[in-house]
Amino acid sequence: MKAAAFYDVDGTLISTNVVHIYGWYALNVPGLADRLTRGARLAAALPFYAVADRIGRKFFNDIFYRNYRGIPQDRLYVLGEELFDRVVKKKVFQDMIELMKRSRAEGYAQVLVTGALDTITAPLARYLEVDHWFANKLEFIDGEATGELVAPVLAGPQKAETLRRFALEHGYDLNHCRAYADSASDIPMLSAVGRPVAVNPDTTLKATAHAHDWPVMWAK
Amino acid sequence: MARPRPRITRDPNIEFVDDKTGPLVAFHGTRFKEISLPRGSRIIYPNPPMEPIGNLKAAIRYALNHPEESEPLFAKLRPGMKLTIAVDDISLPLPPMQRPDVRELLLTEVLSLCADYGVDDIHIIVAICLHRRMTGPEIKRMVGDKIYDAYYPDRLYNHDAEDPDGIVEVGITPEGDHVRLNKRAVESDLLIYVNLNLVPMNGGHKSVTVGLCDYLSVSAHHNTHALHRCHSYFDPRPESSHLQKVMDRMGRLVDEKLDVFHIETTINNRMFGGLVSHLNKPERTWNDFDRLNFHTSKAALDRMPEVARRKIFDQIAAPYGVIAVHAGKTEPTHKRILEKSFEQYAVPVKGQADVVVMGVAPITPYSVYSIMNPILVQVMVLGYLFNMYRGVPLVKEGGVIIAFHTCREEFHREHHPSYVEFYHRMLAISTNSYDIHQYEKEFVENPDYIHMYRKGHAYHPVHPFYMWYWGDAGRKHVRNQVIIVDADHPRVPQQLGWMNARTLDEALEMASTLTGKSQPEVSMFHCPPIMICDVEA
Repeated sequence: MKAAAFYDVDGTLISTNVVHIYGWYALNVPGLADRLTRGARLAAALPFYAVADRIGRKFFNDIFYRNYRGIPQDRLYVLGEELFDRVVKKKVFQDMIELMKRSRAEGYAQVLVTGALDTITAPLARYLEVDHWFANKLEFIDGEATGELVAPVLAGPQKAETLRRFALEHGYDLNHCRAYADSASDIPMLSAVGRPVAVNPDTTLKATAHAHDWPVMWAK
Repeated sequence: MARPRPRITRDPNIEFVDDKTGPLVAFHGTRFKEISLPRGSRIIYPNPPMEPIGNLKAAIRYALNHPEESEPLFAKLRPGMKLTIAVDDISLPLPPMQRPDVRELLLTEVLSLCADYGVDDIHIIVAICLHRRMTGPEIKRMVGDKIYDAYYPDRLYNHDAEDPDGIVEVGITPEGDHVRLNKRAVESDLLIYVNLNLVPMNGGHKSVTVGLCDYLSVSAHHNTHALHRCHSYFDPRPESSHLQKVMDRMGRLVDEKLDVFHIETTINNRMFGGLVSHLNKPERTWNDFDRLNFHTSKAALDRMPEVARRKIFDQIAAPYGVIAVHAGKTEPTHKRILEKSFEQYAVPVKGQADVVVMGVAPITPYSVYSIMNPILVQVMVLGYLFNMYRGVPLVKEGGVIIAFHTCREEFHREHHPSYVEFYHRMLAISTNSYDIHQYEKEFVENPDYIHMYRKGHAYHPVHPFYMWYWGDAGRKHVRNQVIIVDADHPRVPQQLGWMNARTLDEALEMASTLTGKSQPEVSMFHCPPIMICDVEA
């Protein structure tokens, strides 16, 4: 492999995000009362999460994943497979699947670097036949999620650090590596490689891409 | 502008500057300049527009029923056959013509005939080669609402040169050129090409052989070696254009293997209509209203931001008139069209010039509804305007080109993403095509650029290389001695290896030093509208 291509997931490869994913889990926990409580709490907190995301992706992750507190570990992983088959698979951007195929054929290792949970990233990685993947993991005590993420939390600069370490371990020149992301929070990750691409970028990332002459791609 | 006194000239195309000559008008990108040339300078004007065909629909039907060296189109049609119609893309004419586009009229006649003969399996392919995909609204404007609604997007679409399942090899010429074309076109019982010739370089074997091919096929002639062996791209004789020679031999292979019915048209040079119609005429013939119109529009453009100026020029549709329609076998059809094309464009000129002055309009085949980035300014000056000759170039070898253009360091992100990297990275390495040619493969293998070509509206990543090679003949001839007057971003001419001047007088002084002549012979190539100089040395 001559270099690596790193992909953010939410908004870049799939049209869902961590809020959608948690929403599905919330509506599938055992117990009607628990489902209703989690669903209502999520809906009420949405504006707050939007503000939190603007403050910082890591800050958002730290408070958002507390919603998972109390969900059993085995349920999360089993439901993760079902969630992928029933929801996420249909939301994968076909354009990006084609791009990844071509990228692989050109000799790039395919690597996912995402702030989403490993419960959903693992089946996605298998489906896309990627070579490596990095995702966030929940902390479990006595088989139940604590609502905390295992350090280091993948967001913003930490994604860039993960990508750099991976490239170093595999002998890839970052100047030849590619990275694809949709959010301004991934500017560190995009800046770490020689060939960044903004995919379906938000307003801030689009402006940054234009300022730095990064290619901008629209995928569906 | 002082009102010029009417002058009697023997040659309507040629004028010499004297003390009675008023200021001349030159395009300066999206603006205009009023310029004064030294006494004795020669101004070369295009021919006036020829009268268009009176009854165009009748002419089309006549062409289809009386083709060159072929049976009539109706005789080739049979119920149940597989038919593909390829059509020229947005790169011509320039500017886009007023509706209805002649391609809409041609397609309407052809499809009507197909319906009469029970031909239902029809695909219409926009022959973009490695150009950008046309958008839905752009296609609609070209083919008309009825055809668009009936065919788009399943049976009316852009060619995809990078579709691994969509290209097949037709054959290899004895010289080793691979001819690889659109699979649907190759596998059809009949391939009809609907062409619009703007300049003599278009049409003929270029239509199918280039319009529907892939990168491997086009690189047989779009490469540094082939382009360096061209004396003029607009002189289609094989001894003058090696590019044409290669395309012709590949095209003959296509005509052997496929059944191609070629419909070709050409237009006059009436580029400007309505409020800008005065731009079709020499300044000395302008009346008071033309002068008032010009000054008002110039003043307005000078006060607008560039984005607004581009939008205005995007709205200008040309009132072109079709002056010839022919159909049949590729070569004899093209020959008839070229005769008419040169009748419109050819201007006899005696003697070359030490310095050629040109205004560069904001129009290129590759920046329609887009941005004319620095690489495209280069291709316009050294690739197109320089090459608009037969015989010898208008400028002497080692001479100087003075060009007016705003030269802004701006790129259309969606149309020209690979141009950005080419401009910043390749030109930092070298302006010599032989030095940067080795990087072509890297661009062509960039999955992002390929994706943007296939799924977005980007030019193929090899395109900026071709644009640069296209300027090689001109670059070599004038030793890259190009002076840009009044660039908005002076860094741009520097990046292209050119020079900057703030005024025409300064540019003429620089040209005098470069040519080593205190009073160099100056000619103004007053184009647009389009012309081709038949230059005798």
